[in-house]
Amino acid sequence: MTTAVLTESKPASPTWQWFGDAFRRHPTAIAGGIVLAVMVLIALLAPWLGTVDPQALSPIQRLKPPSSEHWFGTDMLGRDVYSRVIYGSRISLAVGISVATFSIAVGLTIGLVTGFTRWLDAIVMRVMDGLMSIPSVLLAIALMALTKASVGNVILAITLAEVPRVVRLVRGLVLSLREQPYVEAAIAAGTNLPLILLRHILPNTVAPLLVQGTYICASAMILEAILSFIGAGTPPNIPSWGNIMAEARSLFQIAGYLILFPGLFLSLTVLAVNMLGDGMRDALDPRLARRM
Amino acid sequence: MKVVSASLRAFALALAFAAGSAAAQEKVLKFIPQADLRILDPITTTAYITRNHGYMVYDTLFAADAKFQVQPQMVDKWELSRDKLTYTFTLRDGLKFHDGQPVRSADCIASIERWGKRDSLGQRLAQSTESWTAVNDKTFKLKLKKPFPLTLDALGKLSSNVPFIMPERIARTDAFQNVTEAIGSGPFKFVKEEWVPGSKVVYAKNSDYVPRKEAPSWAAGGKIAKVDRVEWIYIPDSATAAAALNAGEADWWEQLPPDLIPLLRKNKDVRVENIDPIGSLGLMRFNFLQPPFNNQKLREALLYVVNQKDYVMGIAGSEANGHPCYSFYTCGTPLASEIGAGPLKGKRDFDKAKQLIQASGYKGEKIVIISATDQPIVHAQSLITAELLRKLGLNVELQAGDWGTLITRRTSKEPVDKGGWSIFHTWFVGPDMLSPANMPMVNLGEKSWFGWPSDPKIEELRQAWFNTTDAASGKKVADAVQLAAFRFLPYITTAQFIIPTAYRSNLSGVIVAPVTFLWNVDKK
Amino acid sequence: MIVYILRRLGATLIVMAVVALFVFSLLFLTPGDPAAVIAGDVATTDDIQRIREKLGLNEPFLVQFGNWVGRLLHGDLGTSIFTNLPVTKLIGQRVQPTVSLTLLTLVFAVLIAVPVGVLAAAKAGTWTDRLVMGFSVLAFSVPVFVLAYLLIGLFSIRLEWLPVQGYRPLSDGVWPWLSHLILPSIALGTVYMAFIARITRAAMLDVLAQDYIRTANAKGLSPRAVLTGHALKNAGVPIITVIGIGIALLISGAIVTETVFAIPGIGRLTVDAILRRDYPIIQGVILLFSGVYVLINLLVDLSYRLFDPRIRY
Repeated sequence: MTTAVLTESKPASPTWQWFGDAFRRHPTAIAGGIVLAVMVLIALLAPWLGTVDPQALSPIQRLKPPSSEHWFGTDMLGRDVYSRVIYGSRISLAVGISVATFSIAVGLTIGLVTGFTRWLDAIVMRVMDGLMSIPSVLLAIALMALTKASVGNVILAITLAEVPRVVRLVRGLVLSLREQPYVEAAIAAGTNLPLILLRHILPNTVAPLLVQGTYICASAMILEAILSFIGAGTPPNIPSWGNIMAEARSLFQIAGYLILFPGLFLSLTVLAVNMLGDGMRDALDPRLARRM
Repeated sequence: MKVVSASLRAFALALAFAAGSAAAQEKVLKFIPQADLRILDPITTTAYITRNHGYMVYDTLFAADAKFQVQPQMVDKWELSRDKLTYTFTLRDGLKFHDGQPVRSADCIASIERWGKRDSLGQRLAQSTESWTAVNDKTFKLKLKKPFPLTLDALGKLSSNVPFIMPERIARTDAFQNVTEAIGSGPFKFVKEEWVPGSKVVYAKNSDYVPRKEAPSWAAGGKIAKVDRVEWIYIPDSATAAAALNAGEADWWEQLPPDLIPLLRKNKDVRVENIDPIGSLGLMRFNFLQPPFNNQKLREALLYVVNQKDYVMGIAGSEANGHPCYSFYTCGTPLASEIGAGPLKGKRDFDKAKQLIQASGYKGEKIVIISATDQPIVHAQSLITAELLRKLGLNVELQAGDWGTLITRRTSKEPVDKGGWSIFHTWFVGPDMLSPANMPMVNLGEKSWFGWPSDPKIEELRQAWFNTTDAASGKKVADAVQLAAFRFLPYITTAQFIIPTAYRSNLSGVIVAPVTFLWNVDKK
Repeated sequence: MIVYILRRLGATLIVMAVVALFVFSLLFLTPGDPAAVIAGDVATTDDIQRIREKLGLNEPFLVQFGNWVGRLLHGDLGTSIFTNLPVTKLIGQRVQPTVSLTLLTLVFAVLIAVPVGVLAAAKAGTWTDRLVMGFSVLAFSVPVFVLAYLLIGLFSIRLEWLPVQGYRPLSDGVWPWLSHLILPSIALGTVYMAFIARITRAAMLDVLAQDYIRTANAKGLSPRAVLTGHALKNAGVPIITVIGIGIALLISGAIVTETVFAIPGIGRLTVDAILRRDYPIIQGVILLFSGVYVLINLLVDLSYRLFDPRIRY
């Protein structure tokens, strides 16, 4: 499938020198990187950014529009939306980054192994096909229903939905790489499998997986919001951009700011991550650049 | 090009069709219900949406009116023997089921007996019942073992489970198994072929229905269907429902989130009203089988800090749609009083609460509050309580899921680390909470409602209340129950609130009642 | 070719069996109890136990799974625990809205995205290209429900051009049908469109760099003829692939879209069923989804031949 398109990437691994140069040539990637860095800083420094306890509620103070006291207004239980949005960055970023990391780690492992083990390949790929054929939102809802709502479960659910895609990508890469003369030579020379994987295959998956990782990260943050919308997302007392929006959705005509602020933060971050991904793709592999 | 012109022609044809059908239009009431109708059987489930469906399709022997008085509905005449042990009921003329069969005594008896296996008040009646016998097709007798003063109140019960009358062949279904047909003798017929669960329920006017002569009052009086067809359109998203009502795509939205009132008030073609005269009660329920709330002192601690005004705001959005209720019975109804309510009503006292927590010997046991994010009324209460407990320094964890998870989890009697729970919240419509008969007041240990409180004193008083025969002594015993309850605390009332309704101004005749009735409503 | 199709169909069955077992075990482990949902708020623990027994939910896992598979082999998906209607009927009621919505979205997305992608590729590096790519990234960054509310706010409430919600069957006429689907399709299709536009652009760029395109240009064919006649046809494989993969994406999005616009489709049916633990519906629908997904991807694979006669099976 699409992964087949990616199969001819060059064997050379990127150097940091090259990395830096390329970034200078791609201003959108830099812009994306900066915005993302700012978001990460906001998440880390949340307690020192003029916030109050994001869970503290005061129903008397409910649904106040933005003011000097509550910069982003208050929600239906009188919680400070500014504090919730700032603290929410922690959850949304954690979900995005963890899903990207875990799904790539798991997908890479499975993909590498199956790409080299014929008998396992058929079984694993059927299971992956099965997982892929269940719409990810449904899979996530079912998993959320299985256990109680928690950030960990959101991450698990989205990861499970993303893994098959990574497996397909990696497997495609492996299948084409093993036809390369230098890999065939290594196999002929009797080099053992783990070494081949480590030395010849793994380095070549770095570039496409980094790029893929940013896209997964971006789509995981959006999916987290969608899960909250359906009521299967992050537990409601812990703010995330997704569930702030989801809780306030019925009020979009009355208190639009409740959706506007978390929405802006979410969109901005997803935009930044996507831009970073596009830039990295261009920088790391010009050939790949034209493909995605 | 051919394709384009063909589709244009189809388009023109479609427009012509739409215009044509509009001319010959029957009166269709488009109603956005509070929930999706899933279960057709008003006896197996206590869900309010199924109860409302029941009122469309079925009729009742007796019915409560706006003065809390029970009036005959399907029954024409009735009498009670001098020893208060034998009731004789005679049905009105012309009662017919939707399948064309007449309503007979046997249908009524089978229906009441099935209901008596499920409903709490119905079970009380069944325990006092010696026998039901049909004298002829229109007259039947109820023989009691001992006098049961609430007999007519039970037969005219307003809210879940309502003793609806079904045909005998259907009423013979096991009381724990759903009936799959909806054939009643009520003012509307259920159109099963057009039912799309999750989206649409269709009712057609029952032109054979013979209404009573009296004016409608709550469930009593004449039930006249004034529209030809009622369509319940379930819209799960409240923002969309508001937009649909504003755009005239629906005529009536049964329950709207109070925050959307200003949005609908802006539209001069829409009326926002409180048609429920008594409202609903929110409540906080403890688990009495597990620490720490098996400890009376800890429950009492909460009594001093629960601020009903917070709950009112959280649930109802403004003071216009709710108020505190410092009673175990629905405020504004005959038995409600503030006897013993001092600690709940007085100044909120965190020091006193902390003293009580200390005295209770609380050792930091984990408290799990279970909540449902898809139920705004439940969820708002849970968030407020969680925050309150956190402020008291208790070790609290809010575990939220969907309603389906909550009502499953609350059946667990295990400790919190094995899937159990410590507190949950829910709400009941006012008519379900009128008296010591209310469900959360049952104190029979494991036989009680979820939470399983056990207090022999309260049970003894409740039993006495069931046996009282006049209003004055009933009130006295109810007060005693409340006093005992404020000491033992089987639950804490959190708020009384009204869920507003909104309809297009071309509707008239909307009945003011704690249950939404769709008869008597006309559409211009 | 026939052998290939048979082999793929065989694989489909295996995939569906995997899905069936997976879903069934997942549900078995799910801590939701339809009996509790049926009983409602004013019930006791004993009532719920009695209802569980009546529903056969107290049977061991293997017995329940065996019963279900047994009925499945007879084409019976069971009956809904709540409505007591056959699952096949419940799905049948809802096929038309979902198929209408996804097909319309597909048509709309492909009709816009492919030309735009081709345009971006033809003008690679210009502002047109950057604008297209910029918009596509932006489209990825807005959750579908936010977009849906914005559309309702603007087109239904402010401008009053289109209905807010609901679905009308095609038998009610083309315009009533279409008018109820325009906003949902836009909401649902935007991400998908961005996705296809990006892939089209990339695939086109790839093809445009090939020797035979240079030859065609050198022969003096008009740039338009080169683009649509030669290049687009050769870029077809990746584009079609993405459209196939996107079906799963579309179904995920349809769940949210159907909720916001109150469209009685299959996505909504599934979410409702999960929230109420109506097991037979969940199992039936997910099985259906996976079957459709696998079949569409089989069709996609077969269609490769249309674009690239070199492909043999």
